[in-house]
Amino acid sequence: MFTLQASLLKYVFWFRSDLSNGFDPPHQSDTRTVYIANRFPQHGHYIPQRFADNRIISSKYTIWNFIPKNLFEQFRRIANFYFLIIFLVQLMIDTPTSPVTSGLPLFFVITVTAIKQGFEDWLRHKADNEVNGAPVFVVRSGGLVQTRSKNIRVGDIVRVAKDETFPADLVLLSSDRAEGTCHITTASLDGETNLKTHYAVPETAVSQSVSQLEALQAVVECQQPEADLYRFVGRITVTQQGEEIVRPLGPENLLLRGARLKNTKEIFGVAVYTGMESKMALNYKCKSQKRSAVEKSMNTFLIIYLGILLFEAILSTILKYAWQAENKWDEPFYNEKTEQERNSSKILKFISDFLAFLVLYNFIIPISLYVTVEMQKFLGSFFIGWDLDLYHEESDQRAQVNTSDLNEELGQVEYVFTDKTGTLTENEMQFRECSINGIKYQEINGKLVPEGMTDDTPDAAVPRLVSLREICGNRGHTSARTPGRETRIREEELFLKAVSLCHTVQISYDQTDGPGEPFSHANGFTTQMEYYASSPDEKALVESVNTQLSALYKLLHVLEFDPNRRRMSVILQTPSGQKILFTKGAESAILPYTKSGEIEKTRVHVDEFALKGLRTLVVAYRLFSAEEYKEVERRIHEARTALQQREERLAETFSFIEKDLELLGATGVEDKLQEKVQETIEALRLAGIKVWVLTGDKHETAVSVSLSCGHFHRTMNILELVQQKSDHECAEQLRRLARRIKEDHVIQHGLVVDGASLSLALREHEKLFMEVCKNCSAVLCCRMAPLQKAKVVRLLKTSPEKPITLAIGDGANDVSMIQEAHVGIGIMGKEGRQAVRNSDYAIARFKFLAKLLLVHGHFYYVRIATLVQYFFYKNVCFITPQFLYQFFCLFSQQTLYDSVYLTLYNICFTSLPILVYSLFEQLVHPHVLQSKPALYRDISKNSVLSFKTFLYWTILGFCHAFIFFFGSYMLMGEDTSLMGNGQMFGNWTFGTLVFTVMVITVTLKLALETHFWTWINHFVTWGSIAFYFIFSLFYGGIIWPFLHTQDMYFVFVQLLSSGSAWFAIIIIIITCLFPDVIKKVFYRHLQPTSTQKSQFIEAYAGVSCMDSVCCFPEGRGGCSRLAALLERLIGRCDPRAARSWSDSDPFYSNDRSILTLSPVEATHC
Amino acid sequence: MKSEGEFVNQPDNTAFTQQRLPAWQPMLSAGIVIPLFTLIGLAFIGIGVALFITSQNIKVQELDYTGTATSSPCFQCSGLSIQNCTCERNFSLSELFEGPVFFYYGLSNYYQNYRQYGVSKDDYQLSGDTTYFLKPQSYCSPYQYSNNKPIVPCGSIANSMFNDTFRLYLLVNGSRKQVPFDGKGIAWWTDYNIKYRNPSPVNGSFAAAFDGTTKPVNWQKSAYELDPTDQANNGFLNQDFLVWMRRAALPNFRKLYGRITGGDYSQGLPAGNYTLQISYNYPVLSFGGTKKVVFSNVSWMGGKNQFLGIAYLVIGSLCVVMAIVMLIVYAKYKFPDNDDA
Repeated sequence: MFTLQASLLKYVFWFRSDLSNGFDPPHQSDTRTVYIANRFPQHGHYIPQRFADNRIISSKYTIWNFIPKNLFEQFRRIANFYFLIIFLVQLMIDTPTSPVTSGLPLFFVITVTAIKQGFEDWLRHKADNEVNGAPVFVVRSGGLVQTRSKNIRVGDIVRVAKDETFPADLVLLSSDRAEGTCHITTASLDGETNLKTHYAVPETAVSQSVSQLEALQAVVECQQPEADLYRFVGRITVTQQGEEIVRPLGPENLLLRGARLKNTKEIFGVAVYTGMESKMALNYKCKSQKRSAVEKSMNTFLIIYLGILLFEAILSTILKYAWQAENKWDEPFYNEKTEQERNSSKILKFISDFLAFLVLYNFIIPISLYVTVEMQKFLGSFFIGWDLDLYHEESDQRAQVNTSDLNEELGQVEYVFTDKTGTLTENEMQFRECSINGIKYQEINGKLVPEGMTDDTPDAAVPRLVSLREICGNRGHTSARTPGRETRIREEELFLKAVSLCHTVQISYDQTDGPGEPFSHANGFTTQMEYYASSPDEKALVESVNTQLSALYKLLHVLEFDPNRRRMSVILQTPSGQKILFTKGAESAILPYTKSGEIEKTRVHVDEFALKGLRTLVVAYRLFSAEEYKEVERRIHEARTALQQREERLAETFSFIEKDLELLGATGVEDKLQEKVQETIEALRLAGIKVWVLTGDKHETAVSVSLSCGHFHRTMNILELVQQKSDHECAEQLRRLARRIKEDHVIQHGLVVDGASLSLALREHEKLFMEVCKNCSAVLCCRMAPLQKAKVVRLLKTSPEKPITLAIGDGANDVSMIQEAHVGIGIMGKEGRQAVRNSDYAIARFKFLAKLLLVHGHFYYVRIATLVQYFFYKNVCFITPQFLYQFFCLFSQQTLYDSVYLTLYNICFTSLPILVYSLFEQLVHPHVLQSKPALYRDISKNSVLSFKTFLYWTILGFCHAFIFFFGSYMLMGEDTSLMGNGQMFGNWTFGTLVFTVMVITVTLKLALETHFWTWINHFVTWGSIAFYFIFSLFYGGIIWPFLHTQDMYFVFVQLLSSGSAWFAIIIIIITCLFPDVIKKVFYRHLQPTSTQKSQFIEAYAGVSCMDSVCCFPEGRGGCSRLAALLERLIGRCDPRAARSWSDSDPFYSNDRSILTLSPVEATHC
Repeated sequence: MKSEGEFVNQPDNTAFTQQRLPAWQPMLSAGIVIPLFTLIGLAFIGIGVALFITSQNIKVQELDYTGTATSSPCFQCSGLSIQNCTCERNFSLSELFEGPVFFYYGLSNYYQNYRQYGVSKDDYQLSGDTTYFLKPQSYCSPYQYSNNKPIVPCGSIANSMFNDTFRLYLLVNGSRKQVPFDGKGIAWWTDYNIKYRNPSPVNGSFAAAFDGTTKPVNWQKSAYELDPTDQANNGFLNQDFLVWMRRAALPNFRKLYGRITGGDYSQGLPAGNYTLQISYNYPVLSFGGTKKVVFSNVSWMGGKNQFLGIAYLVIGSLCVVMAIVMLIVYAKYKFPDNDDA
């Protein structure tokens, strides 16, 4: 039987394990059998299998199912469902309000959302069509046929040309190269930009032409589709001359859909997984729905309001029946019941009464809240993209918002997890220093200068500037030098050879199609070359030694890099026929295996490099004797061709080969810090945000970068949790650290953890670890695997305090972390767009994070928090008078307001001011927010939406509602006429009075909250009130033919024609607002928040001193202050404050405000 | 400088996109609130005094005639089965009751704002649409049909129309002199002129328009013969009917019955003894209600209403007090302006 290949490639993969569980294609059998070119056996038992076609469907709807499906999706939202229920109740039973009152807003909300979603889906359809309609070439009926991508079936032989992407998951059959290899890049799948080599099975590799492929008889058996990109198990059975040859297939034979063919003219492959079954499609992820803290509290509040609603409805129902127990109230002579009412059952009546109350009070749940919040988020997010301060000129990139759902979360961040390479640094590696045979060299303007030459070399008078080129080119002249120098130069040469030869960098020339050996590193090309490297370090090194080595080396073997060995090697044949091994890797992975060379000196140098923040690599070599090489060759071949446990055997072989090395030296590559990283980190820290740096770099490098970017301070006490080998040891160390923190809590602590120790710490001692972390102001995690990054984020996220986390990174290895964190930010860097695509927000530079959080985050949070609170407030104001009115109308569910007012209150009369507020409000000037990061603490922990403030707003709403209702009641309740002609008002006038007062008060309440009055605010605030009046006049001024009652006819005009009503409106509004004003003033003066303080400063600095505060010089006594105040009150003060914005340095200046008051001239005061 | 083409993605540098719109940034600080409060407070106190005095000058005379107490003159009428009962209430005015005097009747514990009651009418009927005469809307139930004949005007509100009538006599030298009530202009102008319409007469006969319909159950007379004295005051345009149809907001309410404006009484009711003759028809005891009549004159702000004056005085004083408190606190405790600068 066919045995499944058990060896799992130990690639680092970071797709969440639960992800692959989610996709479980409905196949009965464990394997699929693919007949190449669909040549099914003519005889025998063949059961055709059904496979998906090659269409990619990312859209959610079709034209036909859009309406039902979209409606279903929308009504799954609890709020929409609630309103649907209310609407149905209104349709079914006799309710106080017509179904239109809740049906219309619901229809509006549903339509707006459906249009938005329909548009998005249309865009997806367009993208899908583009992909599915792309032309591809397929081998069919003896020739190459062009067809559309969606027509590819499993078993088709597909031809892919250079630089094309693969249209399906293909098993490589042959390429234009004789040995059947090809190079691909998987940047769009996993973000790795390096070229990867994939192989064809030798039996098929020979079929390089269409006719040969036509003759090919082969069957591929492989596992059913699964999401893991790095796992593929199968076998191919090739029938040649009646003989069946079976070959195993692994991931190196599989070309994934979405990857791109590079450096290879063309390949042929057989499609094994198509369409939605391809690995790329299986990795499509419905973007995880991240919900912001505001949304969560919003839902809590909604539930509370639902409770209030139910309570009010039940109370009203019970009171109604208590009241109706007496017959005289139940059915007075003037209000007899119909037969039907008399005969219906008590229980049924009770239930329908309860429902009627529910309908009556249902507006307490603000239906337009969701729409407004969505509009606010959607429109508001434009400001991020529009911000010039977040625009990066060099790369011409503006900030990008991928989801607007999390705008406010930017104002709540407590932990920032940042990647180092490419995020804090430029990810532009530059070769800086090297140590060759114990001598340190520095790179200056493309030349290597030995360090300390002037001191310990005799020919100090001539500064020895050896260019790399010279070293290599001067081989012929070395004899003229002193013997000592000669050896030195020999070493240098060898070192440079090692650096330039030992790598996996692929060179892409413009004329690649040359017949050269694919892997020969003949560095003799002067044409424009493009390097593809798996690591930027290698690229930097190779670029730095991009010299003219005229010799041709033949590459025999590559011992690939893997994270366990942490080194890679090449075996070469020198032009003289010698077999030589060059190896390079982390110093800890190489130094133990060296037997000669300047080991100690190099180690010192490596540490020095690391301290300078350079990324280090150690280079060594080994010469093989002929016998040795034979042995090596044999072992490699054995391991590579092993069918079982290939991994283990390869690892074994590699460690056999990479020993007895001779040390050549070490390299130091610098990754420059991005600009203003230090300031940004400092600003974040002042804002109360803890910054964690997560990096794959080695400990020393990471620490030194941390220090240079200000993440660690010189004054910080740096604790270390590194190189822990055992559980026990790790726990012990953690406890030690915790003790040290406790003893020494004055000084700031920084913690360094490495990946291995971290996994130990996380396995058993999570709590202890968290304890230590929380007390450290900076944490640095080095040697982290991508999955570990996500783990750390999740650990923090799920810790008892549930802090809001933000992850920022640029590479594919940060994707897991970006998706895990509450807010994921992608840096548009060099390592592909993977991070950007998976992020919630993308920015071009790390320094933009400060403005994004401190300014935009602050604004959005304050805006949306106020929006939510205000919505609840205004609906309490709206509905409570209705509730109170029931006490005066025998709980008969009589509405206080007219149906049209009920419907339009949330849609028209009070919707725009809050929307505009929530788009434009600025409590403090952006400059101030940015220069005083501490203001960020004012809004931390969701403070504006705390239960206390929620209670405040709700109680305020109730108070106002009581004042509206009882104020009007007192006015009308004395049952006197309110008009000069002695006529009386009716119930609708009463309701309209309450409603008028309410609309004005609620609008003015928002006006009190508004601190930033642009013309738009003025327009909508006063416009809303004016609109209410105009609308009411219009609505009440016409007999509406389609309405069955004309209750509101001229009610509003009559109300306004009463002088008493005007006086009442004014006094009620003032009564509502004046305690609020007092509260605000007292809080501002007695307990100002720092935001308010900076408002003061701003106002001081601002031009408009005249009406609010006068400006006085500091340092006056209390008496003179009072005098000044009095003078100010009389209006005699003439403040002339000069403000000085430090425009030259608007970005950052520690905690001190950049707003310095220059000596104020207040001559008149 | 580089050419613009290189910065395709550069956001526009406008005040709007950069959130730099010019804005007024008011701050509620003590400096502005104290004078504001003082001003508002003083203004309110002034208004309050004016309103209070205006209200004080308005005279109100209330007479309860429910007849619950045995001593009450209307006691004999309050029984359930008694029909066409008349009773009299005497009262005297010691000084001139300045005119124009408005005469109201008032009911208490009467829920005109009951929901089912409130919708029980047919606005199409009331706007004179005769198609609805024969087929009243179902809202009117249980007063939609009576003996299989459609009721016009249908519904509970019309059916329960107040039907006590009043005559006022001034006792002059032992003889009674009737004080005329002017029943015109007691309903809203728009109700009388636009909202409510009578059906157009059929063959010149107004009553014929009501053919095939029946009067509300509780009514003694048909809609077209409500006021025999004035043909124009009949049907749906009867002023008392219009007043009744405008439902009161609260269970204790007054409705205007008439004005005393005519002839000798244009200056008001002179001092003297009066007799109010009540034809007592409307039952209220079954639901614990009371009936009363009210004489009142009005000012520009309507009838006597202490609430507004008091409210203005209280809020005005509070404003002033708070302004003083704030001033003290402000001066004594904190000058945040200077502390934080």
